[in-house]
Amino acid sequence: MAHYNLQINGRAYEADVEADTPLLWVLRDNLGLVGTKYGCGIAQCGACTVHVNGAAVRSCTLPVSAAAKSKITTIEGLSANGDHPVQVAWNEVDVAQCGYCQAGQIMSASALLAKNPKPTGAEIDNAMNGNICRCGTYHRIHEAVALASSKLK
Amino acid sequence: MLNLLKTNRRNFLKITATAGGGLILGFNWSGADASTMGMINASDITGSGPAEAVDFNSYLAISPDNVITIFSPNPELGQNIKTSFPMIVAEELDADWSKVKVVQAALNAKKYERQLTGGSGAIPHSWERLRKAGATARYMLMEAAAKRWGVPSSTLKTNNGMVLNADGTSGLSYGELATEASAIQIPAEVKLKEIKDFKLIGTAVRNVDNPEMITGKPLFGMDFYREGMLFAMIQRPEAFGMKLKSVDSAAAKVMPGIIDIVTFRNNVAVVGKSTWQVNKARKLLKIEYEKEGNIESSSDHDRLFKELLESKEATVRRKDGDVDNAFKTAAKVITREYQCPFLSHSPMEPMNFFAHVRADGVELVGPSQTPEAARTETSKLLGIPPEQITLELTRLGGGFGRRLKTDYVTEAAELSSILKAPVKVIWTREDDMTGGSYRPAVRYRFDAALDTNGKLTGYKLRGVGINVGNATREDNFPSGAVDNLLIDSVEHKSPITTGAWRAPITNFLAFAEQAFLDEVAMAANQDPVKFRLDLLDKAKKSPVGAIKYDIDRMKGVIELAAEKSGWGTKKNLAQGFSVYFSHRTYVAQVAEVEMIKGNPVLQKIYAVADCGIVVNLSGAKQQVRGGVVDGIGHAFFSNLTFKDGAAEQKNFNTYRLIRMKEVPEIDVHFVNNGIDPTGLGEPALPPTGGAVANAIFKATGKRLYNQPFTKQEEMKGVRLGERL
Repeated sequence: MAHYNLQINGRAYEADVEADTPLLWVLRDNLGLVGTKYGCGIAQCGACTVHVNGAAVRSCTLPVSAAAKSKITTIEGLSANGDHPVQVAWNEVDVAQCGYCQAGQIMSASALLAKNPKPTGAEIDNAMNGNICRCGTYHRIHEAVALASSKLK
Repeated sequence: MLNLLKTNRRNFLKITATAGGGLILGFNWSGADASTMGMINASDITGSGPAEAVDFNSYLAISPDNVITIFSPNPELGQNIKTSFPMIVAEELDADWSKVKVVQAALNAKKYERQLTGGSGAIPHSWERLRKAGATARYMLMEAAAKRWGVPSSTLKTNNGMVLNADGTSGLSYGELATEASAIQIPAEVKLKEIKDFKLIGTAVRNVDNPEMITGKPLFGMDFYREGMLFAMIQRPEAFGMKLKSVDSAAAKVMPGIIDIVTFRNNVAVVGKSTWQVNKARKLLKIEYEKEGNIESSSDHDRLFKELLESKEATVRRKDGDVDNAFKTAAKVITREYQCPFLSHSPMEPMNFFAHVRADGVELVGPSQTPEAARTETSKLLGIPPEQITLELTRLGGGFGRRLKTDYVTEAAELSSILKAPVKVIWTREDDMTGGSYRPAVRYRFDAALDTNGKLTGYKLRGVGINVGNATREDNFPSGAVDNLLIDSVEHKSPITTGAWRAPITNFLAFAEQAFLDEVAMAANQDPVKFRLDLLDKAKKSPVGAIKYDIDRMKGVIELAAEKSGWGTKKNLAQGFSVYFSHRTYVAQVAEVEMIKGNPVLQKIYAVADCGIVVNLSGAKQQVRGGVVDGIGHAFFSNLTFKDGAAEQKNFNTYRLIRMKEVPEIDVHFVNNGIDPTGLGEPALPPTGGAVANAIFKATGKRLYNQPFTKQEEMKGVRLGERL
């Protein structure tokens, strides 16, 4: 067991966990931030995507010890009122079916737009290809990323 | 406290006024006798503060502050029922949709009938009941307004949650009228809206859970945590046909956070304080298994399929005319075989369930497509009466049939009863893919007899399935259109657990049939679309045996798909056609493939669906698109194989699901013919593989007979799947 001070969504959190515990399970089991989802545990599906210092990272394979000094953002902290342009676009396009993968999709999309506010269609495909949606909402995800891009000032 | 309870003759509706005022209209979803009534606390569903426990069945409630609450009983797994059910009620009520609040109902077999998700059946089952519930409340609100104004109710109108007077100059909100409306006698019959007057149904309405989903609020079973609950993972036998022999849990037991290691049946449960701790400790278990039944590999299935295709013991499913003679006298006979692999359901949310078995009852919380069966099985297993078992439904992170099984519920309940503690059992992705439930592999053989004019005179289909009973759908097209026809099936019983997988049987049968008919049409020198239309005309003019599909509706989707896709008019694109009727809905598809640098690239799919009235255009469109994406993904990529009884693919690194780069444009159209609606959860998937394979043939001259396409010899050396 080790003690970690974590910077998540602009707040300080503390957790006593083993060093190899993936950030995903610290968020979910220890800190009650359950918006970040478990899907595969091997960084293949993207359901667990969070931002680490602004970059999209798969939290299921990131040991908490490697994240301790970083600025972490989860879906809960993407915006104060659920009004990040990507979230707004997700609602307007009515993207979700079951919804389980969508937090990860939104985190991948928002990381893309932070780096590249006007992505081409191919750039959207590339950035989002690591996020699986088993319901097959890919068209709407693509559409929502493009819409969010158009909303960015 | 006001607590009115009136019952109409047909026992369809019940009414209650809440303590805080307002109208609660309970309607019996089954429409049957509702003599046994449950008690429920209404305080959390009205906007008007605490109310006493009231008697009713499922209901809609209108509170004085204008909030309309509608309970949605069916499990929501992405088919959008939690939005579309309340839309139907709100339509007939003429409610202001922005004031409607939807609440997921817990399991209650007394209040709800068919509280399950499967078979694309929820909408057709409940359509009329939901409309009547809304219309009855609207009638009572109008009567209340008529009373207050001292005018006949026939002079009044409603609009957007208001009752309006004749010239529309005065209005009363439903909230204002709710308490008075609760004193109105429930009508025995109520007039429903004309379809042309629908305002909400047929429009695109956003998912009611969007705000929670896009902000990461707890919605799913995985998100359910209870103070003091234990976490558990279960090591199940590594191969089907094996049983537990011995367990050495010494090393696992001393790992941090581990509370107990429990062995029951063939399961070894590692119980601890967090998911990661149990997952880690579990890897230190030393377990020996021994053989209990057949140990099968995919190569055994391949061999068995070929043997059983020749079996003399097939079960005849349908027989019309004289098949032997038709084939003896045929000018041309075409015989083809088709095979698909096992598939994992792989909903994005892995299996999980919370259980707390106490002395006075059992509490179950989690995602289930079939909560009543889960409770029944739990009851049987623990010997606790169902009345003492509650089951609260969370949102389901996908299902695809996997959550029609109750194994992951009962094992959680059993573990809790052993531990005497609340516990959540969590499956890893690997647990689900290796120890769960699968769409079984199947092999089909089709024979067609053509006469000298290219007329289809004989048709045979044999399906060899694993654990599925009848691997065919004997009454589907072209049955009824062929004079001489034989459809039979053979079954192999396997220890590998299998189950319903989105569009059971038809998810592959449709591919095989539609690919075969394409080839038969070519052999008969006929256009594949015209070939099907001619067969349907023949079925209409001189039907052979029973016809269990609507010929006109099937023709309707075929003709509209041909029109929308510009069938036969495109020069640089190879088009493939497919049409299928399943789960009461008709879907035709045209796939377009373009050759790019020698690779057949799937560019677009047109999908035309006849599901009758479209309830929610947004949900319906995505349901069709999602079904097509699912159809493409599993036809192209997914492949689950067995070696010595164990699944060889364990996670998404080796088990391929479709990704964004691999989806073509999908153009969705609805016939929307005013017929009562049917479901869309499944029917768009079955026709996809056939349309795609037929287009690939047009583009490359190569026929695909087996799935997944990307693994077939025929596609060696080409890039298949990705948009280039």
